[in-house]
Order: sequence, then C-alpha cells, then structure tokens
Amino acid sequence: MFPHARRKRLLAITAIASAAALTAACGGGDANPSPAPGDGGDTAGAIAGDLTIMTWRTDLLEDGTLDGYAAEFKKLYPDVNIEFQGFTNYEGEITTLMSTEDYGDVLAIPGAPLTPDKFADYFEPLGTIEEIEATYRFVRDKAYDGQAYGIPVVGNTQGFVYNKEVWAAAGNTDYATTSADFVAALQNIKDNTTAIPLYTNYFADWPITAWEAYRGSISNDPNYVNSLLETDAPWAEGTDHNVIDTLIWDIVSAGLIEEDPTTTDWESSKGMIARGEIGTMPLGSWAISQMQDAAEAEGLSRDVIGYMPFPAQVDGVFHASVGGDYNLGISVYSDAKEAAWAWIQWFMNDSGFADAQGGISPLKDGGFPDNLADFDAAGVELVEQLPAEPGNEGKLEAIDSSAEIGLGQATYRKRIIDAARGQSGETLQAIFDDLNSRWATARAEVMGG
Amino acid sequence: MTTTPGMIEVGTAEPVIQRRRFIPWIQSSARTRRLGWWGTPYLFILLPVGFLLLFTYTPVVNMFWYSVTSWDGLSKEQDYVGLANYIRVFTRPEYFQVFYVSLFYFVASFAQLGIALYFATILSFQTKFKNFFKGVLFFPYLINGVAIAFTFLYFFKPGGTLDATLAFFGVDPGVLWLGDRSIANFSLAGTSVWRYMGLNFVLFLGAIQSIPSQLYEAAAIDGANKWQQFRFIILPGIRPILGLSMILAISGSIAVFEIPFIMTHGDNGTMTFVIKTVRVAFENHKVGQASAMAVILLLIVLIVTWIQRRIIPDEKVNLV
Repeated sequence: MFPHARRKRLLAITAIASAAALTAACGGGDANPSPAPGDGGDTAGAIAGDLTIMTWRTDLLEDGTLDGYAAEFKKLYPDVNIEFQGFTNYEGEITTLMSTEDYGDVLAIPGAPLTPDKFADYFEPLGTIEEIEATYRFVRDKAYDGQAYGIPVVGNTQGFVYNKEVWAAAGNTDYATTSADFVAALQNIKDNTTAIPLYTNYFADWPITAWEAYRGSISNDPNYVNSLLETDAPWAEGTDHNVIDTLIWDIVSAGLIEEDPTTTDWESSKGMIARGEIGTMPLGSWAISQMQDAAEAEGLSRDVIGYMPFPAQVDGVFHASVGGDYNLGISVYSDAKEAAWAWIQWFMNDSGFADAQGGISPLKDGGFPDNLADFDAAGVELVEQLPAEPGNEGKLEAIDSSAEIGLGQATYRKRIIDAARGQSGETLQAIFDDLNSRWATARAEVMGG
Repeated sequence: MTTTPGMIEVGTAEPVIQRRRFIPWIQSSARTRRLGWWGTPYLFILLPVGFLLLFTYTPVVNMFWYSVTSWDGLSKEQDYVGLANYIRVFTRPEYFQVFYVSLFYFVASFAQLGIALYFATILSFQTKFKNFFKGVLFFPYLINGVAIAFTFLYFFKPGGTLDATLAFFGVDPGVLWLGDRSIANFSLAGTSVWRYMGLNFVLFLGAIQSIPSQLYEAAAIDGANKWQQFRFIILPGIRPILGLSMILAISGSIAVFEIPFIMTHGDNGTMTFVIKTVRVAFENHKVGQASAMAVILLLIVLIVTWIQRRIIPDEKVNLV
C-alpha cells in the first residue's frame, strides 16, 4: 500500500515533480512561432521579419525544393527568415486554422466555405484589381469589391492526359470531337490493346473532381458558372454538366474503365500510364509534368505522354477551361506583411516555379509551357470563367451546400459511376432529375429568400 | 480476502497484542485520519480533470450549441435555427439510409461475440498450444486500425490475397469483394469482426477463469456434459462481462468509422452514420448539421445502453 517511510515519500514526490517538469518542456514545440514584431520592417524600409508559409505541396517540402526557393530569396532579403508548414489535407486543415488568429503569414486561399465577401476578414488586400492585373493574370477569382486578395502560383488548363503510343496502337488518328467519337476511340483501345482505356482513380476521391473543371469550355461560355445561379435545371439536356456526366455514364456503362474502381491507386497510376497500361486519365494540366517524370523514371521518353482537349467543339474549334491554381494571400493577422508581399512577388516573378512545374505562368506576359504543345497544335482556345456579379458572391457555394450536391466534390460523380456500373440501380435520367430538383429547391432558398 | 472501504493499514510494524486494541481505534477514526496535507489528492487530479474539461467537456458543450445553428465551420456569425438540423436527419432519405448499413455491423457484432465466447470457452480448459492460440487470437486488436484497413484493401483487391488463396484451392467466385455493392458491406463487417474479436475473447477468457473450478468437477460428478456445463455454469458466471461486451458491440456497430472510411471512403453503399457526419461537416460545410448528427448518435447509444441494462440487469451472480 502507501509508503509511509518519509524517505520513500520524498522520493516519490521528487519523481512526480521531475516528470511533470519534463512534460512542461514538451510544450516548447510550438507549431506556429509568432512572427517577429515588425522590427525595422516598415520604418527603415528594409524588408525583415519571420515568415511562416503554409504550403499544400508536401512533396516539394519533403524533397527540399521549397527550401531551395527560401535560400534564393534570402540572398535578396537577408533579414527575412522563412519557415514552411506542409498540410496533406490542405483545405480541411487550413479552414480549421482560420478560425483562430494564427494561420501563418503567406498561405493559399482555400475554397468553400470561404466566400469572397469574407476575404477582407482573413486576408490583406494586395491592391486594387487594376493594379494587380497590370502584372498578373487569373486574379479575378480571389478578388472582391475592387480589391485583389490573392495571386495564383500557376495557371491550369483542363484536358485528358493520354499515352500517345496506346492511342496510336488502337488506331485512333485524330482527337475526338464529340462524346460519341471519344467513347468509340476508347472502345478501339479496349479492342486493339491490353491497356485500360480510361482510369478513373475512383478510390483517391480528388481525381474525380477534375471532371467538374470542364464546365464552361464545352459551350465556350465564360459566363457559364454565373448562369448556374439563374437556372433551375443545370443538368437539362445540352448543358455542360449534362454533357460531362453523360460522357462519364457512357464510358463506364460500356465497361471502358478499370475492373474495380474501388481499389485504384493514384501513385501507381502514374507509372501505369507511362508504361502504356492505361490509355487516358482526366486531369488538369498540372499533372502532365508528373506523368512525364514517371515516364522518365521508367526509362521511357517524356514525349510518350500527351494532352488532349475535352471532346467537344464549337464552330470547329476546341476550347479548354483555364484558371488559376491555388492563390497566395497574406494573412490579415500577419506581423510581417511587407516581407510576405516581397515573397509573393519574388515567387511569382523570379522563382521560376511555374516553369519548373510545367504550368502556365501567372505573369500577364508569361508564355505557355512546352508540355501544352499538343494544345497549340490542335488550336485549342482557352476560356476563363467570369467571376460572380457583385452581390452574388458566394451564392453558388451556398446553393451547392444547401442542396448537398457538392459540385467540386467526388461524391456526386461517384454516384453516377456506381449507377453506371449497375451497382445502385439508378438510371442517369433519375439522377439528373434528382439533382435538378435539389438544385431548384436550394436555389429558391438562397436566391429567392 | 477483500478490504472493506475506509480501512487504512497501519504502516509501521506493531506487535500483535497492541494491534488488537489499535485496530478498532483506527477503524473508528478512519475518516479523520490523514497522511499529510489534505489538498494533495486534489492536486493530483487537477491536471487530468483540467484536460478532461478542456478536451472533452468544453468541445461537447460547444457541439450542443453548434447543433442548433447553421454554422459552416468558418463564419464569424452563427445563426440559430432551432431543431431544424435534427428534423432533417429523420426526414431526408439520404440521412437515415445510413442506418441500414449499420445493420450489417450490428448482426456482425453478435457473430463476433459468439465466436469470442466459443474460443474463450475451449481455451479455458486443457488444450494443446493454449497460449499460442490466445496470442494469435488477441493480436489483431493490438494492430493499428489504419494498418489493418490498408492490409485488407490489398486482401480484397481483384487478384489480391483472397483471390490468390481461393485460386490455390481451385475456387474462383469471380466477385469483386469491395467493388460489388451487394457484398462490400459483408467484407467490411468481416474485417471489423476480425479486428475486435480479440478484445471480447480476452474479456470472456478472464471472466471464465474467475469461475471456481470445483464447480466443473461437481457438475461432472453429477453427470453434466460440456454443453450443460457451459449453459448452467459459465454463462451465468460471466453475465456482467457478457452484458458489458454487448453494450460495447452494439454501440460500436452504430458508430463504426475507421474501417469503412479507409477501405472505401464510405462509397458504393458502405457509408456509415459517422462517415456521413464527417462528409456533411467537411465536404458540404455544414458543421451545425453534423453536430446535430453527433448528438443523435450519442442519444442512440444512451438508449441502447438503457434498454440493454433493463433486459440483462447488472446483478451479481453468486456461484459459491
């Protein structure tokens, strides 16, 4: 039972006290060291301070690329100390952090539920839209009330990554111009080669969201997203969403995808498409360089990976959506805003990040990367969606959330894929009717009320 | 020998004669006799209680508040909506359909208890390699749930471990264990049984071994066979543990999350209530709605516990 001898009691108390003191020291691993109070930052004109930069590129953080950029920056601004923090599930985690006052100095602006009318509460305005648009492009997405709050790190366009040898071996010569042609081309791959014609990457969730990005480009309508606020049937015959989802249905019901979508693997799919085991994958242009890297790792030529536009033409011309990737913004609670703005400008203008990633440069006069040569050859025109009308910001997200559809989420397209595989017994028209009615109800709630 | 509460041992060695007069004095003043400062016990529990308040009770109270708002997880304002979130769970089909999936795990939990009881019974008596089997049966419970989910993902892949093993025996059912909606839930429930059976097994084993062995000898002399011994000696003897395991298994089957979330993300008809809650909170950005769902889950577990305690009351069974 209890040690009554005084010596044993003293020993016990000393042991407990030292253990408690040790645990107190554990708290020292502070995740967010607060930036230095602007010492000499503003008054002396010299850029100085501690920057905490939140990043979603955990791969670049791990292989030291980001530290390389930080070292380059430090040569120009020796008084700035940079620390990176990586998040694998960036959207979820940064949104939770933003309910505090401590979410880094430079961070990527997340999507929903952060609607544009809330930008000013969390981010520092970088300048008026006119000022920022003098140097950069794709900035209207994260702008509100005449002020720009973020600049994208790269621009992305949307299409299909494909293996040129597989498509050639299947007997496909030109890019498909209609959905029916595309399905026939995939059928050729299935008949004439051993490759999986289209790999959905169903299990990883986020690749399924890539299909949403084709909206607006099929009908060459820069106002498509805004028009969703006016319609009670976004999945009516002939709309972009109807075309995309019908294409998915046709491909899946014809058995032109992998045998078991529930066990797909993103990482190994890169090697598979490089080796010719997969024919096509629907992804943004940021993926081209990753697939080319995989091809190089397999000892193959980078040119085996190509990029084709969505199979739809308006007046005989292909169109592709273009827009910014994640936008970098400055936290409104930052203590080193000058340094943060210097970093953002250096990163966009001088770091060469966009070129290294094979993405479209955010600079207004930046060119197009080499890996989009296929788009050039096919004469693809780029379509950027207009931002929301003043007063309508955030309404699209509100309708989407109230209807619980999740346009940018994987769930709703997974439902279509499951039904097309015969798993759930739903027909495509039944799904469209359900989505339309939910949208109409939510729209009445958000717009009418 | 059991100690009665309130009795404090006298530490220093006392001669036996003096102890006879001493013990009544100790017992009468047990309440007033202290060792050291009165506040020491409270200091010790200050830290754990502080953590409990900070990390458990405060978030739960916040969650009750969120459940009557329409908060989206980020806004600085939270609008009060009354019981709208609760009503939505019971009126919209996509919400209460997830309870059907829980039925699979509910039935599987009975299978789990049955298998655990069977193994516990036969391993309580003389069996060769008893300790080896005990180790093998308990081991899955010690492994991290995420690791198990990934392992079984490879197990159920087309051409994976299960298909290869069946092919070795010349059987080829040709089904997609996770890709086919009609059998995906069976696969997941089976994985769950594999994982948690070890815990039930160990609890039953301990309870069975606390039954005095003279009872078995007496029963054998009276001519009882193994099944009768099980039914009339073992089952009554382990009733409290059986009741506890049933509560855990039933409430666990409603709140199952880890295994289906990692193996299928809740897709293709395998979505459970907790996965739906997480989806609603972080995909649809409806933290208020998700909080209401969490409160409903809490109420369901409480009701199930209450019903179970009424059917199998927690009385002590005295076998001696």
